[in-house]
Amino acid sequence: MSDNNGVAVLDPPKAEQAVPVPKRKRKRHKHNLAGYVFLAPWLIGLFAFTLIPMVYSLYLSLTKFNLLTPPQWIGADNYTRLFSDERYLQSIKVTLLYVVTSVPLKLVAALLVAVALNRGLTALGFYRATFYLPSLLGASVAVSVMWRQIFSGDGLVNQFLRLFGIQGADWIGDPRYAMWTLVLLAGWQFGTPMLIFLAGLKQLPQDLYEAAAIDGAGKVTTFFRITLPLLSPMIFFNLVLETIGAFQTFTPAYVISNGLGGPIDSTLLYTLYLYLKGFGSMQMGYASAMAWVLFAVIGLFTAVYFWSARRWVNYAD
Amino acid sequence: MTAATPRKRVKRHWRAHVVLLVVLVVMIYPMVWLVGASFKPENQIFTTMNPLPLAFTFANYVTGWTATGTSFTVYLSNSLTVSLVTVVANVASCSVAAYAFARLDFALRRFWFAVMLGTMMLPFQATLIPQYAIFYQLNWINTFLPLVVPYLLAYDAFFIFLMVQFIRGIPRELDEAAALDGASHVRVFFSIILPLLRPALLTTTILTFIWTFNDFLRQLVYLSDHTRYTAPLGLNAFVDRASGSSYGGMLAMSVVTLVPTVIVFLTSQRRLVEGVATTGIK
Repeated sequence: MSDNNGVAVLDPPKAEQAVPVPKRKRKRHKHNLAGYVFLAPWLIGLFAFTLIPMVYSLYLSLTKFNLLTPPQWIGADNYTRLFSDERYLQSIKVTLLYVVTSVPLKLVAALLVAVALNRGLTALGFYRATFYLPSLLGASVAVSVMWRQIFSGDGLVNQFLRLFGIQGADWIGDPRYAMWTLVLLAGWQFGTPMLIFLAGLKQLPQDLYEAAAIDGAGKVTTFFRITLPLLSPMIFFNLVLETIGAFQTFTPAYVISNGLGGPIDSTLLYTLYLYLKGFGSMQMGYASAMAWVLFAVIGLFTAVYFWSARRWVNYAD
Repeated sequence: MTAATPRKRVKRHWRAHVVLLVVLVVMIYPMVWLVGASFKPENQIFTTMNPLPLAFTFANYVTGWTATGTSFTVYLSNSLTVSLVTVVANVASCSVAAYAFARLDFALRRFWFAVMLGTMMLPFQATLIPQYAIFYQLNWINTFLPLVVPYLLAYDAFFIFLMVQFIRGIPRELDEAAALDGASHVRVFFSIILPLLRPALLTTTILTFIWTFNDFLRQLVYLSDHTRYTAPLGLNAFVDRASGSSYGGMLAMSVVTLVPTVIVFLTSQRRLVEGVATTGIK
């Protein structure tokens, strides 16, 4: 490292032709000093805000900690307590339901709209931008407030149903339905995966479609036999990203349930419960254990996706 | 290479247009309703589906603006401060790291790159509690520091990755030629890479601004004093307080907190849509 004495120095190209390169030189890196100087801010941040906190969090998860007094070692107690905590089990149930319904809903909507848009329609730019807007705004408190009003007892949805003589429920206040308003809100934000699908669709080789048309394949066959397999890398990518995102959903559950996860814990998403434990009742050791379990669950989901990818993701091109 | 040939474009896709327009109207209707309702007198908000107010009024905006005790002027300027500082910090720190990853040959580069990709997959909850405990020790709670300082140090690896991908597309001959002329890495970075990186920097700027402006959980956790509240927190305080009464003011302030994002979207939607499409981002 020390023989590269400055940010400014690049190897003079003339030196190469004259001297045969000694073997050990192959392993040497040209820009050690400059590289680490440029990398320094990120490296410091990595240790300060990610690596050290993660180790610290692992330690805290084995303690009783309320921020004001020093952590007290209790071993694996937090983890064992998790599985006898009714609310915790409820939050897992709610979160899994949310993930396995909202992610497919979002991806199917994204794919259908992308396919519909991908045929040289006029005003493509307008459609694209407008369908994308909800994903951009969706995470905000304001949209959650709006959603809450739309699905309230005398909200927009029920006014619409009244046109057909149907008396709608109090969607937000009824534990049977509150969760589904969150799923719908996620589905409403299909814009980002839609843009990614659109970009993928544009890359598909046209000759395959022409060949299929000559062979007399219908639109449905073409979609399932050509479009879906060719698009599978994009589906995979979106599936991973959206699953990770869905596990972390917080704002709509918080706003729609007034920060409590109600009615009767029907919208108690994992992150909301973690927040209530960590910052509501200051059980930070317990909340750290929750964070590590979540980390493991997300890791597990991702691993299963990658493992299954061999069977259904087509990397032929 | 786009699929559309002139022949195809002439063909009328009216059925597709009808279906898409119906979907679009259903999706956009709630937002139109929200804006309309914010200009309605309180007693008309929940009586009609018609988004247009029968009697147009600014009253909701006037009462809503100060209804939480602290004015939305304070909340909005706090949000803008946090968002703009985060944008500058993020663009600067991520571009520097991206240059190192994309162009410099140093020991353990592949290893650090893999670590960086790993942090992109990390759920933020994993570090939420310990970060809070650390910032608490530093006496940073109820200041903007926990919100912005991590971004000075390239906390959001996603943008590093985005820029690395972009820099890899810039021909190496350009910086090699400059290096031959004796330019240092600092010069190459500032006078060759940065100007060419502009599209990626713009995407980063736009997304960082919008994500920071709409972020809720971190601001909820770190800011406790009303004078430090950002717009999402101000609106949330409204929700806590209003439940039952003054819906008009709450809806009006919802519109207010959406305005900055919508303005950014309208002025940059082409750049944004393309940035998202080509990088495949959230």
